[in-house]
Amino acid sequence: MATTTPRIRRHAPWTPYAFMAPFLVIFATFVLAPALLGIWMSLHDWDFMLENRPFVGLDNYLALFDSTSAVFEMFWNGMRATAIFTVASVPFLVAIPLALAVMLNRRFPGRTVFRAIFFMPYVLGVAVVGLLFRFMLDPNIGIVNGLLGTSIPWITAQPWAWISLVAMTVWWTLGFNTIIYLAGLQDIPSELYDAAKVDGASAWQQFRHVTLPGLRTVQLFVVTITILASANMFGQALLVTNGGPGDSTRTALIVMLAEGLESFRMGSAAAMSYLLAVFLGIVSIVQVLAMRERRPRWQS
Amino acid sequence: MYTYNALTRRRFLTATGLAGAGAVFAACGGGSESPGAEPAEGGGGASGYDGPNVELAYWNGFTGGDGPVMQQLVDQFNSEHANIAVTMTVMEWADYYAKIPTAVQSGNGPDVAIMHIDSLPTNAARNVIVPLDDVAEALNLREGDFAEAVWSAGEYDGQRFGIPLDVHPLGFYYNKAVLESAGLDPESPPTDRESYEAALEQLKAAGIQGHWMSPHVFTGVLTVQALVWQFGGDLFNEDGTEVTWHEDPAVEALTWAVDLVRNGHSPTDVGQDADAIALQNGQTAFNWNGIWHINTLKEVPDLEWGVAPLPNIGGTEAAWAGSHNFVLPRQRTPDDNKQQAARVFINWVSQQSLAWAEGGQVPARNSVRESEEFQALPEQSALAQQVDYLHFPPAVPGIGDVFADFNQAVNEAVLLTKEPAAALSEAADRASKKLEENRERYGG
Repeated sequence: MATTTPRIRRHAPWTPYAFMAPFLVIFATFVLAPALLGIWMSLHDWDFMLENRPFVGLDNYLALFDSTSAVFEMFWNGMRATAIFTVASVPFLVAIPLALAVMLNRRFPGRTVFRAIFFMPYVLGVAVVGLLFRFMLDPNIGIVNGLLGTSIPWITAQPWAWISLVAMTVWWTLGFNTIIYLAGLQDIPSELYDAAKVDGASAWQQFRHVTLPGLRTVQLFVVTITILASANMFGQALLVTNGGPGDSTRTALIVMLAEGLESFRMGSAAAMSYLLAVFLGIVSIVQVLAMRERRPRWQS
Repeated sequence: MYTYNALTRRRFLTATGLAGAGAVFAACGGGSESPGAEPAEGGGGASGYDGPNVELAYWNGFTGGDGPVMQQLVDQFNSEHANIAVTMTVMEWADYYAKIPTAVQSGNGPDVAIMHIDSLPTNAARNVIVPLDDVAEALNLREGDFAEAVWSAGEYDGQRFGIPLDVHPLGFYYNKAVLESAGLDPESPPTDRESYEAALEQLKAAGIQGHWMSPHVFTGVLTVQALVWQFGGDLFNEDGTEVTWHEDPAVEALTWAVDLVRNGHSPTDVGQDADAIALQNGQTAFNWNGIWHINTLKEVPDLEWGVAPLPNIGGTEAAWAGSHNFVLPRQRTPDDNKQQAARVFINWVSQQSLAWAEGGQVPARNSVRESEEFQALPEQSALAQQVDYLHFPPAVPGIGDVFADFNQAVNEAVLLTKEPAAALSEAADRASKKLEENRERYGG
């Protein structure tokens, strides 16, 4: 086909950019500029109240790798807590919503009500959920131990504290992933299921060979977003366990908050958050590479 | 800062990447003034205020039973001063200390505020608050008017930064009904180690865990701090440059607290506030809690309780205490009228500290504390007996940073995950490094 005909221009060259501009302005102001400022801060001993903000080069970063520094233990304990939470919560947050979505996708009376019920906790703020669970899980006077007749230290001993935090996070946020999966399920053409049935596929085989492949891109999105959300866990641990027992649930974000906004070492806190960002970037890339859509064999 | 409407669409192209970022840099970069840039003084508020009408923003963290009492004082002040309108904003203390510096930096800080005594040096060093020696002078406040520890902790670098409003010590609360049920005299609670341990044993024999030992800051860490001083130790050396909480007296003190759990006088894994609630519910007999707890317990119907000075467990009389202080946040563009009115307000409230005492605090002023009216408040005056042996953190900038380490040590030891000595010395190692960094930072 001939492509030499000059295209008729129906809009000014800057039109597409103008459409993107509102987003770009907000993005630049609240994401890009702070991110750049963060890099600048991380190279200084930065306290916004003090005039003296000496340039320290990479010292803030090097301190994070120097086991004799004041921040080393605090930071890596925080990273470990974040890693534990992410590894423990993501499988549940991916699998349970998938199962729920498959169930809620079937036709049955009250389906909409159940969809709303499962989504409902997600609209609550973390402060509400955190306080609620702190009282319910109180080891001595909480209703959970009261009803079960046990005296399990839900929030004051490990591994219970992690179990509590993971369970409450799953309860709180599973609605979001469920909705995403539901949308994905509704995109899978019903002809595929019909064809599978004609071929004699069982329910499990339909799930395995039609549903799962149909959800591949949705799955990639859900896993990525869930890993990032779990790695940014903050409010639950701050409110329910306050980082305890000891510092075992003091996640990386709580450490950064303390370093930057309580001890006012913002340069050091910025360096920590960049290191965490690098880790998350690596994890996301690896995961996208592992899960990206492979071309069917006959195309390659 | 965000000038969406002023930009044409065309300008967006260049504005987004450059100006947008630039605006943020500029907004965050400017405005730190050199220390000592003092505002107008104007007689420290004693001469009154007769200028035009002003509105004062007054921030504090009185979220508990003390909030309404302070609001009443503010209302009374407003009705007595036609040309000054004070608006009080209350927020959680934890958010408050992060928020105030940011607000001050952006020029939106309050005109007058409250800070705890241990936060004064940090905020003075960081230029968040300005000296108010003139207010102290105008109020004719002298060292002799206050408990010595309260007065001296309000000074930093030779200048006064806080006008003490109150002292809030730790006290010894007991449930009379529980004591009676175990055959103990509800009117004479234990006062020393021997009688305290004997009472605990008798309670245990009656199936009661007498002293729930909390692993949290409220009230466990405060209890342990009081014990450390009682056992003759301290958390820091005299000038606050070195950590001493890993030394023998502190280890002894923490061990005593942990033994409450080991000897069955406390359940393991006590939750946040569960110790205080257990006392209310009649599940335990004793709780070392702050003076602010008086009003909470007063509201519990049919609860028979009492409060007394802390029993002397370690051999030296000592108790933990905090103190609320008036401060003047730095203003980016000082308004002489507001500066003057703020001083009038501080001056006035400082003279009403008896009214404040009813909110559950011990007045900082000796004269009020010794007055008949104050003595008529039985609970508050009982705790005021401790005033000569109260302990406050040293006046060193950044001292708050290292408390996180002490809190963690107490938490680990009381939860029985670490031996007291090991927990304390590990925390001391971490804290020493922070103290050293702070010395460099604040040039101390």
